[in-house]
Amino acid sequence: MNWWETIRTGYDAVRAHRLRSALTMLGILIGIAAVMLTVGLGLGAQATIGAQINSLGSNLLVVTPGSATTNGVRGGQGSAATLTLADATALADPQVAPDVAGVAPTVQRPGPLAVAGTNWTTSVVGTTEDWSQVRARTVSNGRFLTAEDVSGKAAVVVLGSTTASELFGEENAVGRTVTVSGVPMTVVGILDPGGSSPLGDQDDQAVVPISVAAERIFGGAARTTVQTIFVQAQSTEALSAAHQEVSQLLLAMHRITDPTAPDFTITTQQSILDIANSITGALTAVLSGIAGISLLVGGIGVMNIMLVSVTERIREIGLRKALGATPTVIRRQFLVEAAVLGLAGGIAGVVVGIAGSAALSNALGQPIVVSPSATLLALAVSIGIGLLFGVYPASRAARLAPIDALRSE
Amino acid sequence: MSSPAAPATGEPLIELDGTSKTYRSGEIEVAALRPTTLRIDSGEFVAIMGPSGSGKSTLMNVLGCLDVATAGTYRLAGADVGALSEVELAEIRNRRIGFVFQQFNLLASMPAWRNVELPLCYAGVARAERRERALAALDRVGLADRSDHRPGELSGGQQQRVAVARALVTEPALLLADEPTGNLDSTATADVLGLLTELHATGRTVVLITHEDDVAAAAGRVVRLHDGTVVSDEPNRPGAHRARKVLS
Repeated sequence: MNWWETIRTGYDAVRAHRLRSALTMLGILIGIAAVMLTVGLGLGAQATIGAQINSLGSNLLVVTPGSATTNGVRGGQGSAATLTLADATALADPQVAPDVAGVAPTVQRPGPLAVAGTNWTTSVVGTTEDWSQVRARTVSNGRFLTAEDVSGKAAVVVLGSTTASELFGEENAVGRTVTVSGVPMTVVGILDPGGSSPLGDQDDQAVVPISVAAERIFGGAARTTVQTIFVQAQSTEALSAAHQEVSQLLLAMHRITDPTAPDFTITTQQSILDIANSITGALTAVLSGIAGISLLVGGIGVMNIMLVSVTERIREIGLRKALGATPTVIRRQFLVEAAVLGLAGGIAGVVVGIAGSAALSNALGQPIVVSPSATLLALAVSIGIGLLFGVYPASRAARLAPIDALRSE
Repeated sequence: MSSPAAPATGEPLIELDGTSKTYRSGEIEVAALRPTTLRIDSGEFVAIMGPSGSGKSTLMNVLGCLDVATAGTYRLAGADVGALSEVELAEIRNRRIGFVFQQFNLLASMPAWRNVELPLCYAGVARAERRERALAALDRVGLADRSDHRPGELSGGQQQRVAVARALVTEPALLLADEPTGNLDSTATADVLGLLTELHATGRTVVLITHEDDVAAAAGRVVRLHDGTVVSDEPNRPGAHRARKVLS
């Protein structure tokens, strides 16, 4: 009896008991659909977060003060004022750091903006002309800050799109004056929408020259220190070289001899991504583990029904053996039958899973990713479950002695 | 197997030598078949008779290689069956023996012709040839026009004829019928017995197990069992068939 006939026999046997087979498949269906949905949700969340992190800029290194490794007594928030404008200037030197394409030192604080009776508190960002390139932001209207603005301490501001519409509504904001923490400044440009990111809403901020922010808006410690230095590498390949150069240069400038105890932290997009992925990954694993339990229950359902089927068809098994079926052939027949049950349930589960993810992603406003490979895997798993839980019933059928099987009523 | 062709008429097909079968039921051993010596030649039509509990079903199981004897030897067409593995026994059942059961034992979900081709599936015969041979076998039992009917759509006599076709389809050396008329009315009984007689006339070896005298009358030789032993073995119509009296 070849495989094709065995499969057809299995299919006939499944069809002969429609209701029972359908209920058995339901167990597999629910399990497969649940796994697909949870994995899809996880992948969707991962894709969203990944896109957000990538929207921060490309090939980005984020240098922040203080060490994230708080081993021993060192570190803490007190060491937050270790990065200076001089550090940023040194990093921008192509001789010292050839793999660095752009450097944007930033200071950032919440501050009140006011236009003729309208107030809006937003994040005031003091930075240099490189910021737009490093953070991959463009200006939709007007222009971005220039080197002259920074060196000449010009009282100009570039607004995020949300900030502009909050202050000016539909009107064109470019050329208008807005007071930032009491300092009147001219709006020279509006940023393109950038969405939200792990660093906050990218569309609600006011970008001013770092010189102006330091001296006229923030004052105090902000005069010489910066909070964050965004460094862009020349390319993805140059990212680790740039990381090295930035690290060595800052160690030298800060006169730190022990490279394991720096007073700054360099974070890459990849590391942010890794953290985010590990969180969503863990969440997905837990959820799909729970969904997997329902798949297991479905598998036990298959085993149950197969055992019933073997008991019920004991005469048929005896007859087939009398007609010359070997134990191997009988075992294969029941295994295939279980696999057909599993596969049919799996196909239905995939269909429900795809339909369900479309419906659920509409309802939640959260993308659900159904990947073809995950779908194939789900089908393979459903066959595998059929086979796994079919092994015991099938061997029971194979072991039956022909006379016992024929004699049974 | 060494000799796939059925032995010529008159050659020994079944040779039991001191064959016995004991069942264990808990602590008690039940001797279902006491040491028996019996020879059936190729081309014979033998009826095995006996009341229930006489061991005729056990004998039938042993002859059909459905069960293995506890002691003694059983040679089928010269090959010692006792030494064979389960897989080899399955092959013997498939190639050498055609079974006809009291309960017909047809698969209800399949049309007649697919029931008939089933042994050929296990013999590894190609699909087209299987169908052809199954239809030929159905034609042989006079059911060519019923080949697409399911068992449920056929009368008892017709179902048993489908079962006979299934037993014939592999051209077995031995046709083993276990109370084939036990579930049939008199018309169908005559029908099936006529068929078996016809098959015997064309040279087949038929072993018929029954407890009814008028059924046994169709055979050329009658072996009577009682309490697991052969108590008589004689020709039915003296001179019509070769017969031999073997007593254990």
